[in-house]
Amino acid sequence: MSDKGTLAIYWAASCGGCEIGILALNEKILDVAAAFDIVFCPCIMDTKARDVEHMPDGHIDVCLFNGGIRTSEQEYMARLLRQKSKVLVAFGSCAHEGCIPGLANVTNRQSIFETVYLDSPSTDNPGRTLPLPEVQHNGFHLALPVFYDTVRTLGQTVKVDYYLPGCPPEADRVWDAVVAILEGTLPAPGSVIGAQTTVCDECTRTRSEKKIKAFKRTWQVWPEESQCLLEQGLICCGPATRAGCQSRCPTVNSPCIGCYGPNAGVEDQGARLITALASVIDSNDAEEVERIVREGVPDPVGTFYRFSLAHSLLRRAALVPDEERHELPLPRAAQ
Amino acid sequence: MLREIYEPKIVGFFCNWCSYRAADGAGTARIKYAPNVRVVRLMCSGRVDPAFVLKALALGADGVLVAGCHPGECHYIEQNYKTMRRFAMLQHTLTALGISARRVRLVWASAGEGAHLAREIDRFVEDVRTLGPLHWQTQLAEPDHTAEIDRILVEHAEAMEVGR
Ligand code: FES
Repeated sequence: MSDKGTLAIYWAASCGGCEIGILALNEKILDVAAAFDIVFCPCIMDTKARDVEHMPDGHIDVCLFNGGIRTSEQEYMARLLRQKSKVLVAFGSCAHEGCIPGLANVTNRQSIFETVYLDSPSTDNPGRTLPLPEVQHNGFHLALPVFYDTVRTLGQTVKVDYYLPGCPPEADRVWDAVVAILEGTLPAPGSVIGAQTTVCDECTRTRSEKKIKAFKRTWQVWPEESQCLLEQGLICCGPATRAGCQSRCPTVNSPCIGCYGPNAGVEDQGARLITALASVIDSNDAEEVERIVREGVPDPVGTFYRFSLAHSLLRRAALVPDEERHELPLPRAAQ
Repeated sequence: MLREIYEPKIVGFFCNWCSYRAADGAGTARIKYAPNVRVVRLMCSGRVDPAFVLKALALGADGVLVAGCHPGECHYIEQNYKTMRRFAMLQHTLTALGISARRVRLVWASAGEGAHLAREIDRFVEDVRTLGPLHWQTQLAEPDHTAEIDRILVEHAEAMEVGR
């Protein structure tokens, strides 16, 4: 046995970009390999869940877990890796706050299945077969993971020691975290490893007074390159998003879409963004404001919560929308 | 079967300078209004972070009432205009999440308008009554799969001969 630490990297409801985020460490990946034995990482090695099941509890020193929790299998792996890891890191936006897979929380299992297995133009499913968690076939009992209605974050599923935000986390921030782990300079458990402030603080564009009569969408304008994008009418999530990316998108003339999640002290990124945008709309007339919002933000959930819906205060859209309820009024309390 | 009795639970965020005094005045003048609103007093309606409203709904409120000074009369100059703009965005977002915009309301009431505020409260309570309970936590409840996952754990352990 070497005296190296042990490292696990796992993925749940995610896209694989977080593994690439780790590879973006470039040659520093060799330093990681010098410090840690990678004991589990299905993306790059032939390691199985059973290898983890065989490990004694706490065998893994650090587990970088990316992806949200969408199925019972992912929940199982989250619990297993929690049990086997000394330090569990929610790595990347999906594990931290649901990210793009979490946007499916505007819908539910039933309609996702209908879209994917019945309605999509490329689907040919004459028997209208939908996946079931359990089925008997030729005398065999077959089981699939249960698909949940709601994507949850890792932190809503098991106890998480640290969060590393970003879609994917920037290589420099990953390296900061590796150094903090190796040198024992980690912050208090439960905290986000990263900056406290917002993307605006890293942005080099000039800011002056913000007064907006209409929000514009990215395809409608060619933004001027030095002025604050919000002042130009583009919805930039910078004021409500944690710094850490060196303001990567605004630097290339594209508004921040919020992948680093809310900045420190903010519970709900969408609410924070609404507050920030309310200050820049240049109208005191309720009807005009209503029109600016309706026309300028056709998709409020996708705009304010693109990465953080599963982590927001409401976490999802109503399973039964108010508009679809047809209950008679319930009896009131006696006066 | 007896149907559940429903009294809407409403959280109110009232500004100290106008609407809270209006509510106070309504009480002093013995004007009757629905007792469903639990009022939180804030210095200004501009203090109402949309997160307060979302949190109230998430934790069990059926509706949220925000009350402030009339436009142009805010004691912090123009904060209530910001409230109005935030409110428009919040309602737009709630609608997209399947929550009726009628579950949140913004009203203006000056310190002398106790009767007006009482009427607005009554109207709002009745409106939320027709919408029915929101019960947000039940929207989040997945069937509990703990037992199933524990069974998988045991099955895997046996199949993989863990510990032998
Ligand atoms: S002080 Fe009443 S709304 Fe600002």
